[in-house]
Amino acid sequence: MAKSKNISDFVIERDQNRCIKCHACVRVCANDVHFKDDATSEVASDDSKCVGCHFCEDLCPTGALVIRKNPSETRENAHWKKEYIYRIVRQAETGGIVLTGMGCDRPYKNYFDHILLNAAQVTNPSIDPLREPMELKTFIGRKIDAVNLDDLNWKTTSIDEIMSGLLELEVPIMFSAMSFGSISLNACKAIAEAAKLCGTYWNTGEGGLHQSLYPYADRAIVQIASGRFGVSSEYLSRAAAVEIKIGQGAKPGIGGHLPGEKVSQEISLTRMIPQGSDAISPAPHHDIYSIEDLRQLIFAIKETVDYKKPVGVKIAAVHNVAPIASGIVRAGADFITIDGVRGGTGAAPVVIRDNVGIPIEIAIAVVDQRLRDEGIRNQISIVAAGGFRTSSDIIKAITLGADAVYIGTSALIALGCHVCQKCYTGKCNWGIATQDPYLTRRLNPEIGTKRLCNLLRAWSLEMKEMLGGMGINAIESLRGNREQLRGIDLSEIELKILGIKHAGESW
Amino acid sequence: METKYLIIGNSIAGVSCIEGIRSIDNVGKIVVVSKEDIQNYSRPLISYYLAGKISENSMAFRSAEFYKENSIELILNVTALSIDTKNNTLITNTGNIRFEKLLIASGGSPIVPNIQGYSKDIQGIFTFTSFSEAKKLKKYVEEEKIDNAVILGGGLIGLKCAEGLLEHNIKIHMVELSDRLLSSTLDKDASNFIETVLMEKGCVVYKNDTIENIYSENNKISKVKLKSGKEIETKLLVIAVGVKPETSFVKDTGIQCNRGILVDQFMKTNISNIFAAGDVAEGKNLITEKSSLIAIWPVAARQGKIAGINMAGGSAVYEGMFPMNAVEIAGVPVISFGITAVDNLENYEILKKSDGKTYKKIVLHNNKIVGSIFLGKIERSGIYAGLIKNQINVAEFKSFLLEEDFGLLILPEKYRKHIVVGDGIEV
Amino acid sequence: MVKPKRIIIKEEYCIGCRLCEIYCVTKHSCAKEIIKMYKEKKIASESGICFEEKGSISFAIQCRHCDDAPCLEACITGAMFRDKDTGRVLHNKEKCVGCWMCVMVCPVGVVKISQSEKRVASKCDLCIDREFPACVENCPNEAIYVVDYEGKKITKE
Repeated sequence: MAKSKNISDFVIERDQNRCIKCHACVRVCANDVHFKDDATSEVASDDSKCVGCHFCEDLCPTGALVIRKNPSETRENAHWKKEYIYRIVRQAETGGIVLTGMGCDRPYKNYFDHILLNAAQVTNPSIDPLREPMELKTFIGRKIDAVNLDDLNWKTTSIDEIMSGLLELEVPIMFSAMSFGSISLNACKAIAEAAKLCGTYWNTGEGGLHQSLYPYADRAIVQIASGRFGVSSEYLSRAAAVEIKIGQGAKPGIGGHLPGEKVSQEISLTRMIPQGSDAISPAPHHDIYSIEDLRQLIFAIKETVDYKKPVGVKIAAVHNVAPIASGIVRAGADFITIDGVRGGTGAAPVVIRDNVGIPIEIAIAVVDQRLRDEGIRNQISIVAAGGFRTSSDIIKAITLGADAVYIGTSALIALGCHVCQKCYTGKCNWGIATQDPYLTRRLNPEIGTKRLCNLLRAWSLEMKEMLGGMGINAIESLRGNREQLRGIDLSEIELKILGIKHAGESW
Repeated sequence: METKYLIIGNSIAGVSCIEGIRSIDNVGKIVVVSKEDIQNYSRPLISYYLAGKISENSMAFRSAEFYKENSIELILNVTALSIDTKNNTLITNTGNIRFEKLLIASGGSPIVPNIQGYSKDIQGIFTFTSFSEAKKLKKYVEEEKIDNAVILGGGLIGLKCAEGLLEHNIKIHMVELSDRLLSSTLDKDASNFIETVLMEKGCVVYKNDTIENIYSENNKISKVKLKSGKEIETKLLVIAVGVKPETSFVKDTGIQCNRGILVDQFMKTNISNIFAAGDVAEGKNLITEKSSLIAIWPVAARQGKIAGINMAGGSAVYEGMFPMNAVEIAGVPVISFGITAVDNLENYEILKKSDGKTYKKIVLHNNKIVGSIFLGKIERSGIYAGLIKNQINVAEFKSFLLEEDFGLLILPEKYRKHIVVGDGIEV
Repeated sequence: MVKPKRIIIKEEYCIGCRLCEIYCVTKHSCAKEIIKMYKEKKIASESGICFEEKGSISFAIQCRHCDDAPCLEACITGAMFRDKDTGRVLHNKEKCVGCWMCVMVCPVGVVKISQSEKRVASKCDLCIDREFPACVENCPNEAIYVVDYEGKKITKE
């Protein structure tokens, strides 16, 4: 076909006065953007290939490179925006579904940005977290209905026994499901080790548990998804918890497809599928068509793990999320993971990612409320996922009713990701969303672990500051404590759904 | 204090022996005797001195402090005459010295073949193996305003001498008995390369030839006549046909000699407290697995050090080395290892590559490298030396051996880690 | 003998950017400013690093400062010496005559030939005047790092 009618997303500005022709950019770009021009002996770039990952810019020793958004404009049109025009051009050329990576990037209302936190003043004292103990410890799993103190023999029963079968988190932040396959083994290692060091958990995704990750298995939540890849009794027995994945925020109702060329020997061993064969996760679990079917699977797993490990269910936040959550509790799950519309992915059709599902803020509020109303909230932990950007997002999520959150994208950003959304190409210059041995080596897991631990530490400190400000010394006391939240710039129906008052309304 | 350690010879083998001893014994008295008159100088540097590239006071490879710090008693201008092995005494021209442990590192002395018309007393005939000779030669060249010279011998000494003389704009006639220059270290191709470079510099090379007659007038050399009949008028003749181990004083002492003094893996002679190292000693050749003379600096250094450690009661084993040479002739660097020219092609495999400016050759035997030549481009050649030394089977990566970017990366992972001393590459 | 700190190479994390070489050359040139140094090639020095690459594997290797260093023994001028205070194998360019004995015996092949006016040997000095060698400090992926004499990793923190 003739030359593409698409323009490039970015332009690369190379300051020839600063460029020392060291060719570092030429050597490292997986998209072959930069090249040595033998005719002029200068280093040049092909803008059309640039994905805007900023790896070269980061590496350039003289700061000669700047990546800019292509300023070329189409006639301003509120409806026919540039991105839609060029998406059509692309599809006219290829005839295919347009793929993308990461989470929804549409400017839907972000409720976190419309919720404000409270602080203690005069009538109750705030707490200085540097001077007083402050607890972020969180337990995930089914809590018993009641502890009958009279029945307990405190000499022989410890609190640990009462709390057995729960996941103990030092911080209410876990690493969400990212499979070995969607991300590199080095990325998995960094995440797994950080989870272990920080006293939290990581999630294998539907990629199985690679042998080199066995040392971190006691901190792993292993997934069972529709493809059932890598599932064995050993897989379940090594893990700390099991998560049945029904859906994911970036692509609710859609299956997964890891192309055969990415199924390397290591991935084939881990997923237990032949090398080079496509790994297809069907859209539904073909054995789950009802809550009853789900209950069967949950208890099959519980039997396998001897009722010693929490079994959870992950769903995408969709319109009917609250009743579905209620069903999941009644199916016997110990935790429910809800993934909001901004949840990330390695690959999804852009129309699905951007148009299906509801924001996590709303989903948390409605699920928490529904379960409370039904008196079954204690039977399950709510783990929220989908686009947490800062510690305040997490604090707000917990205050809305979540027990803990999963972070995916922000963990990857800590590892180097610049959210260029090209995960599906397998050419991640940062060595994250790729299996190319030339690229995966760019992520030194030792550095990655350090960075992830730093992020969790920083967010913990911030969360403690916010808690202290509210005069609260344990995250447990904040959970579902929606009086600490006020909405701003929200309609009455939004406030009602979120279960919060508007700014200005007192207790 | 009694002399505990006595060292004959003050070049690299002797000095390394001091370092070996002092790594174990800090107090035992060390006496070094030298027949030369200078505290310390590096023999290979004499060609650089002749060329005027370095001055007399840059000749030392160890400073005066070295001898002071290690409390060495250095006795110069002493010639060893014999050894009384029963009474542990060295007999010299200036008296006797008793010792507990003795190192013989007396090096080699230049060979002067029997040539008609030659006499020691004729002016203008030099050898080129010691600093004093080099000094005399340089003075002669400068005072007599020499403009042409004959060098007998196209080996390393002859070429180094030629290199030095070229700096004085002297036209050189080089006479070599064999069919090529540097015949003991280079093959025909590499040798031709060197010859071309020398000829460009104005040298005339006579191969398969030798000097038959030396003519002199008034006790000064005037002419040489070659076997081929060619006559060359000259006021300077340098005899550089080689060196032989300086073992004259070892005769009839009971110390076993072949061409050089025979030593075991601890550098010990057949007499339990007498050691030998350097150009005078016959140590193990790693490639041939036989004891042989390898008269090169690094071998002398290693042997001296090992001897020193063993003399002081430590334990170190000389694992053997092999011939190797680095030389730069008229700006062209050449490095060679081991066996570089083989006639019997049945047992050897030859890999060669040349681009007119550089030349690379690898000689393989049973998939192990036994020799190689690097001409023009020598960087990283030490890796090959390592492969030879460790007798690495190169079958797997043979096709990479001649590659421009040959490096550690293509070596087996295990070996890659191994050659990096201590911690190194994590593979 | 004082044992020197050493540079450890993690070849599985080398990304092949060759920034180590760029920073090495800059550090050892008379101009410390990287752009100026490159724009005026004549003031550039050699890098002490040998970079190797084949397929997806690459690494940068520099002088190992061996305990039993063959180059020390082979040096005919004493230009190659062991620094008593730091244990490093250092090279004195003033004394060196360019006999290439060190090039010949180095099993790692990391002694280079200086391309400057004087043809002498040239090698890594572990950046004598700074705590972290320039290559290590600027490696974007810690594919090279420094360990102390006990083999313990030295980090900036």
